[in-house]
Amino acid sequence: MGEVSYLDHEDSMAENRSDKHQDGSHANSESNPNVDLDKRNFLIASSVVGAIGCAAVAVPFVKSMTPSERAKAAGAPVEVDISKIAPGTMMTVEWRGKPVWIINRTAEMTAELGKHDAQLTDPSCEVTSQQPSYCKNADRSIKPDLAVIVGICTHLGCSPSAKLQPKGDMGDTWSGGFFCPCHGSKFDLAGRVFKGSPAPINLVVPPHKYLTDNTLLIGVDTEEKA
Amino acid sequence: MTNKNVIKQNKSAGANLLENGLNWVDERFPLTSNIKAHLTEYYTPKNFNFWYYFGSLSLLVLVLQILTGIFLTMHYKPDAELAFGSVEYIMRDVPWGWLIRYMHSTGASMFFIVVYMHMFRGIIYGSYRTPRELIWLFGVGIFLCLMGEAFFGYLLPWGQMSYWGAQVIVNLFSAIPFIGPDVSEWLRGDYLVSDATLNRFFAFHVIALPFVLVGLVAAHIIALHEVGSNNPDGIEIKKLKDKETGIPLDGIPFHPYYTVKDIVGVVVFLMVFSTVIFFAPEMGGYFLEANNFVPANPLVTPAHIAPVWYFTPYYSILRAVPPFPGVGFLGIPPSLFPGVAAMGLSVMVFALLPWLDKSPVKSIRYRGTLYKKWLAAFVVSFVVLGYLGTEPSNIWGQFGAYLGNADRATVVARFFTIVYFAFFILMPWYTKKDKTLPVPERVTG
Repeated sequence: MGEVSYLDHEDSMAENRSDKHQDGSHANSESNPNVDLDKRNFLIASSVVGAIGCAAVAVPFVKSMTPSERAKAAGAPVEVDISKIAPGTMMTVEWRGKPVWIINRTAEMTAELGKHDAQLTDPSCEVTSQQPSYCKNADRSIKPDLAVIVGICTHLGCSPSAKLQPKGDMGDTWSGGFFCPCHGSKFDLAGRVFKGSPAPINLVVPPHKYLTDNTLLIGVDTEEKA
Repeated sequence: MTNKNVIKQNKSAGANLLENGLNWVDERFPLTSNIKAHLTEYYTPKNFNFWYYFGSLSLLVLVLQILTGIFLTMHYKPDAELAFGSVEYIMRDVPWGWLIRYMHSTGASMFFIVVYMHMFRGIIYGSYRTPRELIWLFGVGIFLCLMGEAFFGYLLPWGQMSYWGAQVIVNLFSAIPFIGPDVSEWLRGDYLVSDATLNRFFAFHVIALPFVLVGLVAAHIIALHEVGSNNPDGIEIKKLKDKETGIPLDGIPFHPYYTVKDIVGVVVFLMVFSTVIFFAPEMGGYFLEANNFVPANPLVTPAHIAPVWYFTPYYSILRAVPPFPGVGFLGIPPSLFPGVAAMGLSVMVFALLPWLDKSPVKSIRYRGTLYKKWLAAFVVSFVVLGYLGTEPSNIWGQFGAYLGNADRATVVARFFTIVYFAFFILMPWYTKKDKTLPVPERVTG
């Protein structure tokens, strides 16, 4: 036996394999009555159980990629002092990592809001997910002069640039609003999207309430318990 | 005994040792048979031209990217607080770090250049046709993987372009009806692009996708060596073989003939590559964008954002397709899904080429003018869309009121988007109608 190199051994292995192959080709034919149905059913059943097991093991891996508890906890409301926003200007605060604009609109600005309804995709804010019910009004706000809007474009999530003043580099028909630098969506000073923009719907008005005349709380409204 | 004889004896003893060693290995691992099957006895058509450099160059760039990537991970920190600083640290403080990083960043763009050339070669010579459909499909898989690598890798420097690019691309998934918002939240691991996103993109970029990529490249080459290479004439060289040896009459061994030829390609490529690395690593903002030298700021989007040049044709298509306006009385909300779907299709549609092309010939050499015109139209569309994607949509100003004050660039992009898709959709028709030339029996030099 000591003289048998493993090359010979391999040859004999190959013979064995070809023998098996011939047997196998018989066993595989459906007409063969010698198929052990019990064994076959056992194989199928164990494969199915194995597949279910694999799918179950995949769940923790898939779930591990969802927002963590820390990420969920980071959504605390933000308190803002709004006394320093001059009329016709705005400030940006961070809420849940997103920019939130607070725009102090002048009387001329709010007057402009009603004049271009025909050019808007959703002038009367019918898409309810985009603002709390108490902001489903002509100004999309609690106080007509103060707009609170999440500054994230509803197209692909860029933050639009403020073009608050009419005309200027936005062209002679521009009545003030926001312009998204990524894909050119245009919004008015209430965050309503103009037709022809890639953005499908209006910007989001976050839940908010006024604690005092000069203190705004973003992230909580009167209907929710803080 | 003369001196000469001693040397001769010694030599043969050395040769014996080598042969014995090789035998020892071959009995345990198919080394010689693989070298024969893939190099010295892999018979390749003798008429390969310039276009055939880009396959081996893609492999070279893949190796370069993996190698430079390993060294970059030794210094890079995948943490939103530290990432931007660690890249600057690599550039300034790590010895030769700047070179390794520029090799990697330039390598990314060069990868797309050689792969686009390689794909174009496949298109003009019909290399995707029977029996090479699977080679092509593996290739499309490699291309998708490469796009994933480029996208995930681009977030890692955590600059403004990194951040907002990732924001836009991940949000593309939220346009998928019903499951979209959950999918993009799952991808980000947060409600916005954040540290969690950066960390996982790092994992995808350095572990997950490289594995898939290398596996697909292996499958691509194994499939190629199974059926044999196509050539500029689109003739199957295996049809005519030497009766005694069984070697294709128009075939030559890959090694040494094409290994030597490819070295010439490698030298020229490395000259171009080095020139970019040493003299224009940012390539005027096309390879590395200026805004990405500003740390990521989740509150401010840069005034002009655009993807890196290799994504811009598809990005243009995304911008060009108008959103679905919604059907109010049916309760169907407006959606930007059409643009996203068109962008996805513009990449995936390449996979259908083997079944769209109905021409009796493979190579452009024997195709008629109708096909050539369509191909030219496609190339022009690809380049124009690519250019427009790098620019803001108002770059050419607006049309007058008669066209609703539409941006000129958007209208042009829409036109070329239609041409882009027409190239594929109408292919079964125009390749059938095309007046082709007779194909010779043997390759033509």
